Amino acid sequence: MAKGPNKEELSKLDYTLPSTEWMDTPVEFKPGTFCWGAKGKNLQTVEFPNARDWTPVEDDWKLPQEWEGTVLEAMADRLSKYRSFKLFMDICVRCGACADKCHFYIGSGDPKNMPVLRAELMRSVYRKYFTTPGKILGRLAGARELNVDVLKEWWYYFFQCTECRRCSVFCPYGIDQAEITMMGREFLNLLGLNTDWISGPVANCYMKGNHLGLEPHAIMNSIEGMIDDIETITGIRINPSFNRKGAEILFVTPSGDLFADPGTFTAMGYMMLFHELGLDYTWSTYASEGGNFGFFTSNEMAKRLNAKIYAEAKRLGVKYIIGGECGHMWRVLTQYMDTWNGPADFLEVPVSPITGTRFENSKSIKMIHVAEFTADLIKHGKLKLDPSRNDNLKLTYHDSCNVARGMGMMEEPRYIIKNVCNNFYEMPEDTIREKTFCCGSGTGLNASENMELRMRGGLPRANAVKYVHEKHGVNMLANICAIDRATLKASMEYWVPQVSVTGLHELVANALIMTGEKERETNLRGEPLPGKEGN
Amino acid sequence: MGTNLKNILSEKRPAILDRWVDHILDTYPSDTASFMRDKKSRFANPVGHSISAGVEGIFEALLQGIVQEQVSVFLDNIIRIRAIQDFTPSQAISFVFFLKKIIRDELAGEIRENSLADELMLLEDQIDSLGLLAFDIFMRCREKLYDIKANETRSMTFRLLQKANLICEKPGEEPDVPDSNSE
Repeated sequence: MAKGPNKEELSKLDYTLPSTEWMDTPVEFKPGTFCWGAKGKNLQTVEFPNARDWTPVEDDWKLPQEWEGTVLEAMADRLSKYRSFKLFMDICVRCGACADKCHFYIGSGDPKNMPVLRAELMRSVYRKYFTTPGKILGRLAGARELNVDVLKEWWYYFFQCTECRRCSVFCPYGIDQAEITMMGREFLNLLGLNTDWISGPVANCYMKGNHLGLEPHAIMNSIEGMIDDIETITGIRINPSFNRKGAEILFVTPSGDLFADPGTFTAMGYMMLFHELGLDYTWSTYASEGGNFGFFTSNEMAKRLNAKIYAEAKRLGVKYIIGGECGHMWRVLTQYMDTWNGPADFLEVPVSPITGTRFENSKSIKMIHVAEFTADLIKHGKLKLDPSRNDNLKLTYHDSCNVARGMGMMEEPRYIIKNVCNNFYEMPEDTIREKTFCCGSGTGLNASENMELRMRGGLPRANAVKYVHEKHGVNMLANICAIDRATLKASMEYWVPQVSVTGLHELVANALIMTGEKERETNLRGEPLPGKEGN
Repeated sequence: MGTNLKNILSEKRPAILDRWVDHILDTYPSDTASFMRDKKSRFANPVGHSISAGVEGIFEALLQGIVQEQVSVFLDNIIRIRAIQDFTPSQAISFVFFLKKIIRDELAGEIRENSLADELMLLEDQIDSLGLLAFDIFMRCREKLYDIKANETRSMTFRLLQKANLICEKPGEEPDVPDSNSE
């Protein structure tokens, strides 16, 4: 049996990192910090190269012959195609403004999680093969060769970035680390090096329209279960339609809302609101996913998965699309869909049938976020609301990175919350709005096997929640992102177990006074409403 | 003020706490240690803040007499972080024992001059008991982490069965693995 250190030895242990330079310190794959490797069958489904089963901890990653050439060719191609990528490789002056802004660096203390150094993992290779000083001077010019150790380091750290873009807010040049991570993942995917947690949903989505691989009957069953619950709580039977041609609006939401709490309560919220408005909308069992794990894989894969949304809108002949509460979905749909799958010239500029508001901001993509739709309803006094039904809650609001920092939607959710809840407390200024901290598990890092990593990345956000919990007694964390609803639940359980997680429209539906409803005894979770605890 | 050990500890409190924090931060890579030392905002630097606030609370408890529930909060704030960082279990909780050496170094002269060796032994016993408490807290954190993993995997399996129409209960009725943080 190995001899353990005695007390004296233990108190003198040296915890400093090895003295080798960062370039010469290969990654050690420690359990809890990485996701399982992609399975061959899932890569095969989307016709990705080098489809085979592999394991990150094994020495042999079963790489294809001449893999270095594949990566370098792809790098040359993207450098010529994307001016931004070329700039981000060239213009960093290593000022360090980004270094301590990353939630993974703050939570892990691992210097390779500083955005500047994470980018340097790729820049060093770029210099070696694409710049004259790098070719001639090598290491002196901060250049290094691409080899298996470097590739493994890329894989490890580009799957330790959630593309949240907080660092880019602080970069004086506006270097977008998310784009560097995207490129890194795109190159890795050319060698069959995705994670299982991303490639599984991608294959599911490609074959069945959603990440969970739900077939039409499963989607309808799930929604019918929610309808039963709504009837029990409100006495009102809702009859949503599926794949209905001629509906005015197509509603698309992340499939996570259909199968996992607390997302299911959010989905019940959408349906109650739409029913009360008498909205002419339809669900689709084909365009049954708003999220896009292809976005965490490669540009091309994201485009392929997203194509179904406009295709379904065209097939059904709707006028426009409403999107449910989702983070990266909103950024993808707003910033990418038009150029990938557009123009959506068969759709109309969204006009709220209730208020007449014309959403000029969506003139091009013809799709609006449910939060702006609902905020507009409240602004025009179209909803009867009883916020006291949420009086058991002391709320704070987490700005999802893609919706807030990415798309600037910061006021609408807050406006809604203030109208449906009486107790709302903001987290400290540097942790919200455009400076919001990531949940720590976005971009497909929400697997279970990397839980230590998720908790490290989730620490800065949870730390701010803990502060408002201790100061104001906050017990509920609201957000408008399906990944947040899934991952913040775990983060809160570990860091601040007194705080639960909710979507926005769960709160709306609890406060919404519906025409013909019975006296409600419980909220959507089946818990007694404030004042009804003794019943 | 008499020359008992606790009075001397009180007087030297800032120096001892500074060294203790420094020693703990030195368990991180040097770049990170400087960031954690320099950045004062508790929101921009939650690890550094939890460590400095935590050691103050623990030190105060040693001076005032340890009340387990109170000191556990400060230990927990530090250990909950180190339990998910890149440390072995012994490294994660070793910071408690750093204090022994710091006190011996910092107070060597005073202890000799005032014959406080007996009091020092008693204090070190208390630090040892904090070490044991730290071990319990570390284990609770790790067990919590495994509960969260297990519950996520369970509910995913449950959803797969439900999707295949092999079971029909609602997800909300599925009992979670019992909570290991029972405090």
